[in-house]
Amino acid sequence: MGVSLLWLSLIVLIPLAALFAKTAELSAAHFIEIITSRRVLHALQLSFALSFAAAAVNLVFGTLVVWALVRYRFPGRRLFDAIVDIPFALPTAVAGIALTNLYAESGWIGSLLAPLGIQVAFTPLGIFVALVFIGLPFVVRTVQPVLEDLEKELEEAAASLGASRWTIFCRVVLPSIVPALLTGFALALARAVGEYGSVIFIAGNLPNVSEIAPLLIVIRLQEFRYADATAIAAVMLVASFLLLFLINTLQRWSEGRTGKRL
Amino acid sequence: MSVVPLYDPAAEMEIGVTAATAHARATQRRKVDVRDDPAWVRWTIISVSIAFLGIFVVLPLINVFAQAFAKGIAVYVDALTNAETLAAIRLTLAVAATSVVLNGLFGLTAAWAIAKFEFRGKNFLITLVDLPFSVSPVIAGLVFVLLFGLQGLFGPWLAAHDVKIIFAFPGILLATIFVTFPFIVRELIPLMQEQGTEEEEAAVSLGASGLRTFVRVTLPNVKWALLYGVLICNARAMGEFGAVSVVSGHIRGETNTMPLHIEALYEGYQAAPAFAVASLLALLALVTLIVKAVLEKRIPKD
Repeated sequence: MGVSLLWLSLIVLIPLAALFAKTAELSAAHFIEIITSRRVLHALQLSFALSFAAAAVNLVFGTLVVWALVRYRFPGRRLFDAIVDIPFALPTAVAGIALTNLYAESGWIGSLLAPLGIQVAFTPLGIFVALVFIGLPFVVRTVQPVLEDLEKELEEAAASLGASRWTIFCRVVLPSIVPALLTGFALALARAVGEYGSVIFIAGNLPNVSEIAPLLIVIRLQEFRYADATAIAAVMLVASFLLLFLINTLQRWSEGRTGKRL
Repeated sequence: MSVVPLYDPAAEMEIGVTAATAHARATQRRKVDVRDDPAWVRWTIISVSIAFLGIFVVLPLINVFAQAFAKGIAVYVDALTNAETLAAIRLTLAVAATSVVLNGLFGLTAAWAIAKFEFRGKNFLITLVDLPFSVSPVIAGLVFVLLFGLQGLFGPWLAAHDVKIIFAFPGILLATIFVTFPFIVRELIPLMQEQGTEEEEAAVSLGASGLRTFVRVTLPNVKWALLYGVLICNARAMGEFGAVSVVSGHIRGETNTMPLHIEALYEGYQAAPAFAVASLLALLALVTLIVKAVLEKRIPKD
């Protein structure tokens, strides 16, 4: 007991406390000046906006994927079920260079999009693609167990009362999986906001255009501007704590509703 | 208004027929699952899902191997047997092995404490264990720079005593342990909680010592879950990029792990060698997923 608490403190708690201690050393005016500078503000906005958009795409397509995997039988279903985990397992640097190569003008997808005037690599659109990739498993994996356990009788009862398939989906199935969907969305969002490895290769990293907040932290560290790096990190850490709190609340809500812990 | 006769055989027959067809329809409906969607809905959802997974997941994965061999086998073999690559592989293996062992030991003691004993603040402790999941890898690296870097809290002391943590092996190890912290303990807690303390109580009442009980009763009960956690922890430890990137210092042949070596090669316009090293990590990811699928069948589901 004591050993595990000590280890937890040494590895996780003290380092995180050090971050806030360093932030507290800054005067309020200096902190605000750093955070509201044009470049920092743009990086934070870009990170949060694109993460939100990517999580939203994963919410929609993740729902379709999980529906296909749970409800239908088709050739290769088990293979595709396994494929969902690849973004979890593939190291981010590998994903980063693979996506960059794929969407560069000479790449397999980039060369198809170039004639249409669409440039993905080295633009914010590229960041979005990378964030969709790394967030993909979250919605599928949180909704899957809930949808699998959903009682057939509920839908049969609704059907016997004359409800159409669409009505049944909206009024019976959807309400049961909403907490899991939102949890998956929040998990994907939290992961995307902090993501670094898969994004920096494809982003182009132009200040005020395609520079994400985690990269700006790294740049400030390399310039030995520790105060700036710490202040940006503190803002992001508070945001991820809020997300963690939200996820915990959603899970408790889901537990109360389905009796299952996600 | 029509006059309804008291007894109408024809009407009764009709009622009988409707009842019969209704019954037939009901049986038919029982055979046809109400959860079946129309074929066009089914095939649209399946094709959209496959297209989505294909474009966003399968294609990048195939691309890794295609690019790795784009310049021929000789370049591929050359990239992997290069001294810097071998140094990166050695460093990655050492970091992964150490962090798996340390996180494994912690995972077992923490899960043991949480599952087998009652104490105040237990739920809070469980939440804390998950914390590294929601922290950006870059921040995970940054906190150790703030502690042990030259301008950090312990920086001057470490410099005076000639101890190097940041831009050296210990820093890389600390950042990796932080990032992979939850994986093993998270697998063990629910399983050990569910198993309760009955078997341990039986062992102790028969005179087994605490350690013997742990080795002979608790450990065998959780071995598959432990192995599962070790597998995932190892995969993440070998592939970690952001946290390690901040603390490593990027010294080629010395503090570059495999992911950092990939970055150095790629930024140096050596795409094929970069993808060659990347293909090793991609292979590791695939093997991890296959072993994971095998292990999942062994772990009792709730």
